[in-house]
Amino acid sequence: MSVTDHARAPARRPRRLISNPMAKIAALPMIMTALVIFIGCSLWTVVHSFTKSKLLPSTQFVGFDQYERLWGTRRWLASVENIAIYGVVALVFSLVLGFVIAALMDQKVRAEGAFRTIILFPYSLSFIVTGLVWQWILNPDFGVQGIVRGWGWESFTFDPLHNPDTVLAAMLMAGLWQGTGLVAVILLAALRGVDEDIWKASRVDGVPAWKTYIFVVIPILRPAFMTATVLIATGIVKLYDLVVALTNGGPGIASEMPAKYVYDAMFNKQNLGQGFAASTMMLVSVLLILIPWAIFEFGGKKRG
Amino acid sequence: MLDQTQTALDGISVSIRDLQLSFGAVNVLQDLNLDIAKGEFLVLLGASGCGKSTLLNCIAGLLEPTGGQIFIEGQNVTWAEPSERGIGMVFQSYALYPQMTVKGNLSFGLKNARVPKDEIERRVTRAAELLHLQPLLDRKPAALSGGQRQRVAIGRALVRDVDVFLFDEPLSNLDAKLRAELRVELKRLHQSLANTMIYVTHDQIEAMTLADRIAIMRGGVIQQLAQPLEIYNRPANLYVAGFIGAPPMNFIRGRIEGSEFVGPVRMPLTGYGWSEGPWTSGDTVFGIRPEHVKIGDDARHCACQTEVTIEVVEPMGADTLLWTRIGGDEFRIRLDGQTTIHEGQTLPIGFDIDCASLFDAQSEQRI
Ligand SMILES: Nc1ncnc2c1ncn2[C@@H]1O[C@H](COP(=O)(O)OP(=O)(O)OP(=O)(O)O)[C@@H](O)[C@H]1O
Ligand SMILES: [Mg+2]
Repeated sequence: MSVTDHARAPARRPRRLISNPMAKIAALPMIMTALVIFIGCSLWTVVHSFTKSKLLPSTQFVGFDQYERLWGTRRWLASVENIAIYGVVALVFSLVLGFVIAALMDQKVRAEGAFRTIILFPYSLSFIVTGLVWQWILNPDFGVQGIVRGWGWESFTFDPLHNPDTVLAAMLMAGLWQGTGLVAVILLAALRGVDEDIWKASRVDGVPAWKTYIFVVIPILRPAFMTATVLIATGIVKLYDLVVALTNGGPGIASEMPAKYVYDAMFNKQNLGQGFAASTMMLVSVLLILIPWAIFEFGGKKRG
Repeated sequence: MLDQTQTALDGISVSIRDLQLSFGAVNVLQDLNLDIAKGEFLVLLGASGCGKSTLLNCIAGLLEPTGGQIFIEGQNVTWAEPSERGIGMVFQSYALYPQMTVKGNLSFGLKNARVPKDEIERRVTRAAELLHLQPLLDRKPAALSGGQRQRVAIGRALVRDVDVFLFDEPLSNLDAKLRAELRVELKRLHQSLANTMIYVTHDQIEAMTLADRIAIMRGGVIQQLAQPLEIYNRPANLYVAGFIGAPPMNFIRGRIEGSEFVGPVRMPLTGYGWSEGPWTSGDTVFGIRPEHVKIGDDARHCACQTEVTIEVVEPMGADTLLWTRIGGDEFRIRLDGQTTIHEGQTLPIGFDIDCASLFDAQSEQRI
């Protein structure tokens, strides 16, 4: 029995490889584009980060000079620190808030469609618009502070954008306002996919709702959480437009971010080498997150 | 008054009084009364959408009734939480906790209820033994077959050590062979545990084989509550008569004139087991099951005889189904074994009054 199974197995495999040849030919341009643009350009960038490119790319290699300079720059160090803080807090808060909103919306609220639209609405805006909106809200003259002072509380002060200690919190507020809705909608869709009988079973078992969420539902939602995490994480790493629109890195360098460092190095300071080195660092950090995740996610399935 | 209720509940496991449930303007259950004896296997049978699951969910406490009361083991549980009612429930979709092992599934509720560890161990072991789950205890539900999953779901109800089991179409997602196996296993389980079981299904074979009593539901109302063979032999109304039995009962429309049924066939009514008076006149539906129709020589001795032309022959191996018409209405005949009868053949048939049913054409009730 098992002998015939083994003998048959190799005969089946090649058939699967050449199945759908037309589909594979049709996908070829897309595959080539992906290979050339993503991998090719990434490699080109990495290679040129070891050169002393200035205004134009050069091929004069200088070893790790660019990286030494990069890690000796106060602005870059501040950017890394900022994105670490922003990233961790934004990730945690948008997952937690998004899940809470999704769980609340799952309680069969009335006018759910309207809620969903409202919650998803900020996501449809570009970060530039979000930045401008929040700049107004937080502006001392026109925003919250101005309004409260208008009510008669003359000494009220709320000006987070111009205080180095609070500017990141303000940026988080804007970022969460924009990004949480998407997380909530992704998780809501996944929550809807959870078999209603599981809820009934846990009620019959006498398990309180919060425990069911933690021990039963959240494990079921793991793939949705993964999707949401990847989406948020990529948004965080490339965070650029929100900074430009909201604070332009200020006050001082209190809200600088790596992507802005790259942009400024390449296009304002005519220092391509620095930009390449910084973007290589960003690439490396993304890979450091993605590769273990991919192994965990896709490697595990085959074995299971 | 209270005393009366109390004595009335002796020997009763689940008692449902004037239960009502509506979703908005839709009345799903209307003034439903039902007493289920201790240790009884009651099957709720009915077409899709008749309110079986709704009734079961009310008993479980997963739905709040709009009116009426529910007693379980003498306690008024109308407003109690599902976990406090002394019930265990098994669902059609298994509803296992997918990220937990079989053992985790069985013990999750108990751990949560702070049952001591060795007691949990004891109950899980016992359930695993009863349901042949020992080799599967460390697997996740995804690595189980449908039948194994449903056994785990039954086990999860079992470890709760409750008086009443509720099943909502537990076998519907299984293939026919497995369904038959698990049906027998359920019957054995009921015999060895002697718990009260309330079982929802729309499969009549399950209902007939498992039930001590069957409650046939339609539109949120119980049409007949009786033992399986009573329902088969003496259906309370046209709906039940048409619902139970496959293929369903044949109906012939006509009138009663004196001591005779007159329609496309004539049938003397002497010897009929009247439920309601002997009737001597009125519009009536005469019902006879396909398996009670005799053909050929056997038909000669019957009280009622006629001739039919066979339209379709359906051989099914163990039996054969013949399709014909009497008075324009479809008429089915079921023969044991195999036959040489062919389409277009004209055949004498006959049937006796003692296995027939008569229904009032107006009220559709058995007479
Ligand atoms: N949440 C709800 N809101 C409104 N109507 C409902 C709701 N749940 C059930 N119903 C209605 O109640 C009726 C009974 O439903 P129920 O689920 O009890 O049927 P059932 O007998 O279990 O059917 P099935 O065999 O298909 O499971 C149906 O007509 C259904 O449309
Ligand atoms: Mg149902």
